[in-house]
Amino acid sequence: MSEPLIRHYGPRAYADHPPFSYPDYRSTVKRSPTHDLVEIVQTLSETTGPGQAWAEISEEDSDLTTNTGTGSPAIGERIIVTGRVLDENGQGLPGTVLEIWQANASGRYAHWRETEFPAPLDPNFVGVGQCLTDSDGGYRFTTIKPGPYPWGNHPNAWRPSHIHFSILGPSLGARLVTQMYFPGDPLIPLDPIFNSAPPHAGGRMIATYDHEVTEENWALGYRWDIVLRGELATPTHGGAD
Amino acid sequence: MSAELGQTPSQTVGPYFTLRVYRKGDEILVPEGYPGERIVIEGRVLDGDRRHIEDALLEIWQANPAGRYRHPDDTRDLALDAGFTGFGRTVSDFETGEYRFVTVKPGPVPDAEGAYQAPHISLVVQGRGMLNPVFTRIYFSDEEEANQDDLTLRRVPAPRRDTLIAQLLDDQDPKVYRFDVLFQGEDETVFLDF
Ligand SMILES: [Fe+2]
Repeated sequence: MSEPLIRHYGPRAYADHPPFSYPDYRSTVKRSPTHDLVEIVQTLSETTGPGQAWAEISEEDSDLTTNTGTGSPAIGERIIVTGRVLDENGQGLPGTVLEIWQANASGRYAHWRETEFPAPLDPNFVGVGQCLTDSDGGYRFTTIKPGPYPWGNHPNAWRPSHIHFSILGPSLGARLVTQMYFPGDPLIPLDPIFNSAPPHAGGRMIATYDHEVTEENWALGYRWDIVLRGELATPTHGGAD
Repeated sequence: MSAELGQTPSQTVGPYFTLRVYRKGDEILVPEGYPGERIVIEGRVLDGDRRHIEDALLEIWQANPAGRYRHPDDTRDLALDAGFTGFGRTVSDFETGEYRFVTVKPGPVPDAEGAYQAPHISLVVQGRGMLNPVFTRIYFSDEEEANQDDLTLRRVPAPRRDTLIAQLLDDQDPKVYRFDVLFQGEDETVFLDF
């Protein structure tokens, strides 16, 4: 019987991620563990993961300005968001599933739940997209720049413009859900969710404006790379006897 | 290899991921006509006040009944089942907090010391009010002997091991296992770091 490949992933870099409990984001206080995590040895259950087994993705899925299928384009500032998914060693990660969701140009989600924010819906924008990274780990979305929106965390609380990203990489341990922010947004320093990330790492969530990505007479371009846990050492082969 | 780039920080999945990240049917891992015995895993995700998290995202990852993962690293000469990816997603009910998966019991997967692990399913939980995912494992109450020898369970302090064991309910067809995810308190679920 042929033996499986056992990779050895480096640790989740807790110092680069938010704490579980961050009182400025109120609801985290009761939704965080209070015992220490129990450290276990990685097995195939941790070093494998969903990703490619899961994806059914078409080309159209990555253009949120048209993927509603109404035949009319979404309203707002058309943008291109592109970059690479890499591991900590700088290796591009092909076949990674990216799923994104966001508010429309006026800051409204096309969600079934009622909101008290009286911003208009756009019948030509649902605000969801997906794509699979190419052989180099590259991805590319066309969308509308999302508007800021209010939330109930504290008086006059507003989320900066952001796009939610879900990333299914090569292993379960690399599972990441994060948010991409826009450069120069004055709401970023006021946002407890952004600020929950340690100061040295927060900037990794802000895209860069890239004039090379901008397409003449069409859309502004932003570049944003995503970094997942990487392997510590060369994989070994090991199975059960 | 040494790390050259810093990991992108985690952020909350928030309340709006159901626009895309969950689609109805994602919680059913076994296709129609699948040969193995179907099981149901259900429970709730409860916060430190034992109130349910309105719309927690739960993701499971498991081997098939032969013990094989659908992943390029699992090169073992074991059958893969058509239509079975081993990945499922669901969202807990906004009103009741209940979640539910329909799947099959996974087969044996090797441990780090050349033996086999007890049957288990990996579970990742996220939600609004959570800035990071939590990782845990679901074991089965009717696998007592295998559970006793499991290397991962043995790393967990004995009084807390039960938090990882889904309880088989009496007289249900298909079999139903109950698994709650609890934050804080004496009976907090064991969350894993790997
Ligand atoms: Fe949002």
